[in-house]
Amino acid sequence: MMVALLKPKLDALEARLAALSLPEGGWSAAARKDALSRLGATGLPSARDEYWKYTRPDTLNAPGAPRAAVFEGSETPIFSQRDRLKITFVDGVFDPAQSDALELEGITIERLAEAGTKDIHWAKDLYGVLEARGQSPVERPLAALNTAFATDGILIHVTGTPSKPVSLVYIHRDEVSDAILHHAVKVESGAEITLLENGPAAARFNKVLEVEVADGGKFHHVRAQGRDHERRAATHIFARLGEESLFKSFTMTANGVLTRNECVIEFTGDDAVAHVAGASMGDGDFHHDDTVFVTHDAVNCESRQVFKKVLRNGATGVFQGKILVKKDAQKTDGYQISQSLLLDEDSQFLAKPELEIYADDVACSHGSTSGAIDDTALYYLRSRGVPRREAQDLLTLAFLAEALDEIEDDSLAGEIRERLDGWLARRRG
Amino acid sequence: MLEIKGLEVKLEEEDKQILKGVDLTVEAGSVHAIMGPNGSGKSTMSYVLSGRDGYEVTGGTATLNGEDLLGLEPEERAAKGLFLAFQYPVEIPGVGNMTFLRTALNAQRKLRGEDEISSADFLKLVRAKAKELKIDAEMLKRPVNVGFSGGEKKRNEILQMAMLEPKMCILDETDSGLDVDAMKLVSDGVNALRDEGRAFLVITHYQRLLDHIHPDVVHIMANGRIVKTGGPELAMEVEKNGYADILSEVA
Repeated sequence: MMVALLKPKLDALEARLAALSLPEGGWSAAARKDALSRLGATGLPSARDEYWKYTRPDTLNAPGAPRAAVFEGSETPIFSQRDRLKITFVDGVFDPAQSDALELEGITIERLAEAGTKDIHWAKDLYGVLEARGQSPVERPLAALNTAFATDGILIHVTGTPSKPVSLVYIHRDEVSDAILHHAVKVESGAEITLLENGPAAARFNKVLEVEVADGGKFHHVRAQGRDHERRAATHIFARLGEESLFKSFTMTANGVLTRNECVIEFTGDDAVAHVAGASMGDGDFHHDDTVFVTHDAVNCESRQVFKKVLRNGATGVFQGKILVKKDAQKTDGYQISQSLLLDEDSQFLAKPELEIYADDVACSHGSTSGAIDDTALYYLRSRGVPRREAQDLLTLAFLAEALDEIEDDSLAGEIRERLDGWLARRRG
Repeated sequence: MLEIKGLEVKLEEEDKQILKGVDLTVEAGSVHAIMGPNGSGKSTMSYVLSGRDGYEVTGGTATLNGEDLLGLEPEERAAKGLFLAFQYPVEIPGVGNMTFLRTALNAQRKLRGEDEISSADFLKLVRAKAKELKIDAEMLKRPVNVGFSGGEKKRNEILQMAMLEPKMCILDETDSGLDVDAMKLVSDGVNALRDEGRAFLVITHYQRLLDHIHPDVVHIMANGRIVKTGGPELAMEVEKNGYADILSEVA
């Protein structure tokens, strides 16, 4: 990279580093040091970077978190009515009073902050490892920053099939809190887990989730971001998938001035399946960015990317999705769809779908559309007595349905649908 | 029940007059049929009555039980008892047929100030009505009209009508695209709804539908007007001789 372009990125990094201190290392010290040195070569993201053209990184780079008012919603937090192992972080700090004991049959679970002082740990082969692999061919400096400076996180070693999901609850209390959390999940062969996440976390949240799924393992992930508005979040998921494994991740986002969700998936074993999906709804100064990179480096794997965004009053949606099929990844089945429903002419959707294929026997397809509510369908519903606003909401939910279909568990899908329905109904008043 | 006086309608987007003074009165308990050549304005009239965008009323009135229809939103017209069975029922991916029916039924009840129907009562009702129309549970679960055959779509229209129990039912070429068996099913569905408090306006090209749904009055529409009104024998005449005789007679 030209020095002139790198300079501001390094300056941004220098300013940011001055406000941070490297946590005590233990087994993670080497990974943190490595991440820091990689960061020293790349600097922080700049608006001139290929994958930051549509989303301004300034507020994610800044030394301090921009102020974000705490959102007080009246509704019961999502997932709270289900049987789960609950782990709560308030402004990025573990809160034992609002957390269950870290014990569940079929898994071992511990906090990064407590596991970090031992010399040997299973997570040593995972922490920062997938993140480092995910830096090529596209730099992801905020993830490297996370590996270096994460103050806490949850490490889950899945050896069986626990009876209930692990549920991470993020609470925002401090208007200028700046949280950096790093989770690592290792799913052993034949094991299966569901991970839930919800809540605003902090004024600014930088989160990495590394997931390794061994042969025949299954990982389900359902995440709810919102309805808080002023917070900013940059999240990364890095997944490496073994033979016949299954990875499913779904994210619902409502509101948020800035959300950048990156997902980097690598198939290393044959016959594996990865579905990543998102449904987001934004209004006004809403900016939501899904950046996905799927690498097929094994035979007969299936990947699906399904992203839907509902935008109004000048909201912005971004989708950057790539499928890379390496030379020997024959029989790859890759699918990608990104769609926006624009409820007015002020909103915009920026999409950059990419396919890069080196194998010759693959089926890959992608599509991207922007559209308005279907007038004929709207009239049909109204002619049956459904008022305009309600009919619009029904069609909005219908638009998002394809993304919700990617949630394997029907009751979780139902809870997400109910939440979206409730939010739409609240807007109707 | 339905009273249309001197209704004049043009397309909103272009200067094209479609209806040029329609006069029509449909009494409660009766079945009226409208026949007429293509482009005579039959479907436009059904759209205008149900409140579809894209048309401009330039003259005349339309009332349902004495209340003005033309100033109301489509959903308000529906709540007051107007129902249009579409010539081309609309596919709505992502919205389940059951959700659609329950939402519509409850929305109308709400607009009329009535209580919502309970889930149990709704299920009982929809199952009974669906059975009569030979609509299976699978069809009820699917998204509205998505992947339905032409006949299934029309049966689904009649199911909606049976569920919503409107007072004034307009059927726009409900027979188009139906085979003999489907036509019988649809007609039986309509006939089952006939009663003193309900009226039907059946738009069709063919006598054969009227063999199943017997009209009390038959109107011929041409060039944006009702040009002739008579009994069931008028439909027979059209079937036999086409429109040419009638049109030359009234020209």
